[in-house]
Amino acid sequence: MRDFILKRVAAIILPFICTYGFYVILHGHVSPGGSFAGGIIVGLSFIAFSTIYGIEKGRARLPETVLTWTESFGTLWYGIMGMVGITKGAPFLANKLAGIDLGVPGTLSSGGLISLIGLGVGIRVASTIVTLFFTMMEEKS
Amino acid sequence: MHFVAVDYWIMILLFILVVASLAMYFIKDLVHAVIVYGAYSLTMALIWLQMNTPDLAITEAAAGICMTVLMMVVIFRTSRREE
Repeated sequence: MRDFILKRVAAIILPFICTYGFYVILHGHVSPGGSFAGGIIVGLSFIAFSTIYGIEKGRARLPETVLTWTESFGTLWYGIMGMVGITKGAPFLANKLAGIDLGVPGTLSSGGLISLIGLGVGIRVASTIVTLFFTMMEEKS
Repeated sequence: MHFVAVDYWIMILLFILVVASLAMYFIKDLVHAVIVYGAYSLTMALIWLQMNTPDLAITEAAAGICMTVLMMVVIFRTSRREE
C-alpha cells in the first residue's frame, strides 16, 4: 500500500484518532468508553500507521524496547496507584478515603485517581495490541 | 408468543446477527468470512447502542475493527485461500 492520497489523508486524521483515544481513556468515568476501548483506539492508530506507511517505519516509531517497557510499566502503574491509598492509611485502591479532593461532579477531576489508573491500563492495552500486530506481521510462514 | 416491550429495530438487528453468524460458518473463503465478521461486529455495536450501553458499543466497534485487521493480516501472511 504505497498510495499517495492514502498517505496524506492518514497523516491528517491519524493524530486526531490518537488524541481521541486518549480522550476516551481519561474521561472513562464521566462519559462512555473507558481504558480498554480507548487503549484499542490508540493502538489502532499505530496499527493503521504501520499498515499504510509500511512495517519498517512503524517499527522505527515504536521499537521493541518501548513496547516492552510500556507494556510492563502500564501494569505496574496500576499497582503504584493502588499503593497511594495504603500510604495514606486507607485500603488498597482507595480514592476518597485516601483524602483525595474530588471536585465538581461531572468534570474530569471528579474521578480522583481513576483517570491515572485508566491511563496506565489504556497504554498497556495499546502496546499489547501493537505487539500482537507486529508479531503477526513479521511471522514468516 | 408475543413480544410486548421489544423494539422491532432490535429484532431486525438480531436477525441480521444470526444470518451473519451462520454465514461465517458456511462461507469457505477466509477473506469473505472476515468481511462478514466485520458486518457482524458492526451489527453487534448497533445492538449495544440500541440497548443503552454506548461504552460497550465503542468497545465492540473498536475491538471488531482491530480483530478484523489482525485476521486479515494473518490470512495474507499465511496466504492460504480456499477457492
